Amino acid sequence: MRSKTIIGKIDIWLLIIYLALSLIGLFSIYAAAFNEAHPHIYDMSQNYGKQLLFIGISLVVGFVILLVDAKFFNVFAYVIYGLSIVSLLLVLVVGSKISGSTSWIQLGPISFQPSEFGKFGTALALAHYLSQLDLDISKLRTKVTAYGIVFLPMLLVLAQGDAGSASVFLVFLFVIYREGMGGTILLIGLAAATLFIVALCISKWYVIIGLVGIFAVFLALINRTKHNVIRATMLLIISCAFVFSVDFAFNHVLKPHQRTRINIVIGKEKDTKGVGYNLNQSMMAIGSGGFSGKGYMNGTMTKYNYVPEQHTDFIFCTVGEEFGFVGSSLLILLYLALVLRLIHLAERQRSAFSRVYGYGIACIFFYHFTINIGMTIGLVPVIGIPLPFLSYGGTSLLMFSTMVFVFLKQDANRMNIL
Amino acid sequence: MIKNKINYSHRKYVIGSIFILAAVVLIIKLFIIQVVDDSYKLSSESNTLRYLTQYPSRGKIYDRNGNLLVYNDAVYDLMIIPRQAKDIDTASFCKLLNITNEAYNNYLHKAQKYSMITPSIFIAQISKEDYGRIAEVLYRYPGFYFQTRSIRHYPMPIAAHTLGSIGEVTKPEMDKDKYYRLGDYIGKSGIEKYYEKQLRGTKGMKVLVVDVHNREKERYMDGKCDTLPVPGTDIILGLDAELQAYGEYLMAGKTGSIVAIEPSTGQILAMVTSPTYDPNELVGRNRGARYSELLNNPEKPLINRAISGTYPPGSTFKMVNGLICLQSGAINVNTAYPCDGPNSIPIKCTHYHNHMVQLYDAIENSCNPYFWYAFQDMMRSPRFANTREAYAFWYDLVTSFGLGRAFKSDIPFTVSGNIPKPEYYDRVYKGVWNAMTIRSLSIGQGEILVTPLQLANVAATIGNEGFYYEPHYLRAFGNPGDTVKFEKHIVNINKRHFKDVKRGMQNVFEGEHGTARWSHIDSITVAGKTGTAENPHGLDHSILMAFAPVDNPQIAIAVVVENAGFGSTWAAPIASLMIEKYIRGYVKRKNVEQRVLTINNTEE
Repeated sequence: MRSKTIIGKIDIWLLIIYLALSLIGLFSIYAAAFNEAHPHIYDMSQNYGKQLLFIGISLVVGFVILLVDAKFFNVFAYVIYGLSIVSLLLVLVVGSKISGSTSWIQLGPISFQPSEFGKFGTALALAHYLSQLDLDISKLRTKVTAYGIVFLPMLLVLAQGDAGSASVFLVFLFVIYREGMGGTILLIGLAAATLFIVALCISKWYVIIGLVGIFAVFLALINRTKHNVIRATMLLIISCAFVFSVDFAFNHVLKPHQRTRINIVIGKEKDTKGVGYNLNQSMMAIGSGGFSGKGYMNGTMTKYNYVPEQHTDFIFCTVGEEFGFVGSSLLILLYLALVLRLIHLAERQRSAFSRVYGYGIACIFFYHFTINIGMTIGLVPVIGIPLPFLSYGGTSLLMFSTMVFVFLKQDANRMNIL
Repeated sequence: MIKNKINYSHRKYVIGSIFILAAVVLIIKLFIIQVVDDSYKLSSESNTLRYLTQYPSRGKIYDRNGNLLVYNDAVYDLMIIPRQAKDIDTASFCKLLNITNEAYNNYLHKAQKYSMITPSIFIAQISKEDYGRIAEVLYRYPGFYFQTRSIRHYPMPIAAHTLGSIGEVTKPEMDKDKYYRLGDYIGKSGIEKYYEKQLRGTKGMKVLVVDVHNREKERYMDGKCDTLPVPGTDIILGLDAELQAYGEYLMAGKTGSIVAIEPSTGQILAMVTSPTYDPNELVGRNRGARYSELLNNPEKPLINRAISGTYPPGSTFKMVNGLICLQSGAINVNTAYPCDGPNSIPIKCTHYHNHMVQLYDAIENSCNPYFWYAFQDMMRSPRFANTREAYAFWYDLVTSFGLGRAFKSDIPFTVSGNIPKPEYYDRVYKGVWNAMTIRSLSIGQGEILVTPLQLANVAATIGNEGFYYEPHYLRAFGNPGDTVKFEKHIVNINKRHFKDVKRGMQNVFEGEHGTARWSHIDSITVAGKTGTAENPHGLDHSILMAFAPVDNPQIAIAVVVENAGFGSTWAAPIASLMIEKYIRGYVKRKNVEQRVLTINNTEE
């Protein structure tokens, strides 16, 4: 058999999508943060110069990962997970506060965001755990451990006051679902989320009347055994209790700015100055792009520091304004291609570790891109999570790249697994 | 053995479908806002947008009687957007603006360095006359436009230190608060600084469409993107403008300060420091130059002596000592001590009076030996285990008058003065010390240092018979919703002792031998105490604290005149004139006023 080098065996499509997204990111940041006094894209004093440097570093790290033995990340999965947990604990102690949450560790000139590292560690640990050969997924112990791996870092990120980044970990429920567990949980989760939003949008009494109605119809249709009636009644009581607790949670657990963000999305609050300002300006910039956009570097709204956080969380505005509906849709399709390619590749893995890991990162990318873009166009509340590969930022780019390269290595190595 | 596992790979279709569904939802929403809804489009691609900052009017400042102290005056800033400033005929432009070509390049460079796309100020504060002339032809110079701004104006040239001034933001200030942009104004000192957040209001933004000829065509999206400025909140000070002006008039040509407090609220009625300056001097384009001039002035007019000058309180401090001695139980109002006048040991008396003195006489005559004996008896009182414990008792009560600490209120940069801690004497005297060692404290000398503000506050506390509010400037915000509370402090001394000391202090003005009897005012009862602070650098400082009327004090005052000698000669008449002015509304005793105005201690 002809032995190919590692480079020859990696999935070229995934690599191309990755490189394309990174370059789109670089040029978008260049357009968003352009400074005429420093017109060169490699000018290190500017954010675009720095992003170029981050891409370079990411590629070097990626290359090193390809050279490392494929088993490394499986064997050391728990160690990496442990390190990420330690760094999440550390940030609570020594973290510096940036816009309301303590999520950064400052090391001289370098600042580092452990929550990004946490996602990678969790994907590895979950993959390692779920790929054990003698795992019995029907056992409660297994379920608790799997959810524990996900919720531990999630709670630590939540403790930093960064609810947006914490919510990313919920996406691992898809991974657990794929491995044969959590169908019910996912369903309950979706039902709860629906109820939550409905309960916020309309009066809770209407919701309860609606629930009782559904209950009545349900009872009329099913076989009314004692067992079924009890279960259905229980479900009704729990749902009603949930609706009431939503009210409480919304008013007492969420912070005021989080409440406002949710209220803006569900249309209860209109605010063009405060919290709604970012969103308003962002939608204006994207909307002004029209069908085909104003052309690269010709965006006027994205040029005048009009949209806050233009080069980080709101980088999509630049794409929306300068490339219009065509460009935006193509970008979304590119992301869709990324996550679909990832699950396609994951399914062809012989090793369960690689498969679970592949799903893990596919879900992370999926959550990040839908929530981030959804936020800029007013579909979801303003949650400060980056758009993978496009948003300016060293830690996030490096971690997202690492995730991709670790999977590329696993995939390239799949034939060597019996 | 590999267990026979169920294959869940069909679930990839569920997950994949969710992925696709989410992407489709995003694309639909994008289609709606980018293609269907065209309210977001620009009317013409060739137009550029101009973001005009709408500056809110800064809050005005009033005195307690509604007299305007600070208001706004319109000026015009010439703005530049460097990126749009192309093909400028520099020669004609410089001629129009009356600047050199060099200055033009300097300003341009500064603006470019800040930002190519964000507007910045090219020339600040152009007068109305120049504005009219320049605005007419400004369309020839793309990238330039005018922005209206307001500067502060002070109808009365008083209270410069209290009101403070505003100036352009500095880089560190901009870094600290993202609200500010280059060229914005910010409170730099005094009320302007402390109440910056309330006074400044909130900037608004007006977005205009500008055509290729640099003409403003229309409001972008009919003003949908505009935000309205929110005007700043007005501020009403406890200050009495007339009293303040009168105080500055009396202190002209002298070095020193006057602080007057309304005892029932802690509001500052007047705060005079001399030499001073006209607040209008630090306004406008010459602010920087005038400021450094004032800074380098050898008389140091920028220093607010009322809050940062520290002086030994001298005999005025005997009131605090007397109260504490009474409270300790070491003496009572009838306790008598011998005085041998100048022959007294260890502290001489500077006055001639009865041989055996009791509290009222002691205060009236400012008898040093009386207060030394009382202090000594307290320090040796069997109530305390040792001197140190007695001193700790004394220290706690002294500091409860607000002495030895900086006030925490809207008066910035108050200094703490000095009341030595017991540890200080332990260190200096290696643990061996007693009443004799620290005897100077009994007459307000030694290590004790107080500011005029603290002294006025002591007068207010005695007037109130045992409490004071943290002294402050603010009376109310123009917006009734905003209020600020200032802490009330209680001094742990029996009310009855305050009444006794007050009676003694009334004798200072009204008694036969009172040290301030020459400053007595008909029909207004005044209680006070003179002091003379020893000054190793020259003539002693003349000090007085007082309050009036005695039974229901409306004003508490402290006056310090540097290098002026006895408290009775200079500080007392000034204080009495201030009290008369405030309570009566005008001054009857023109002869006293004339005498005060002719003394001039800065010329030596």
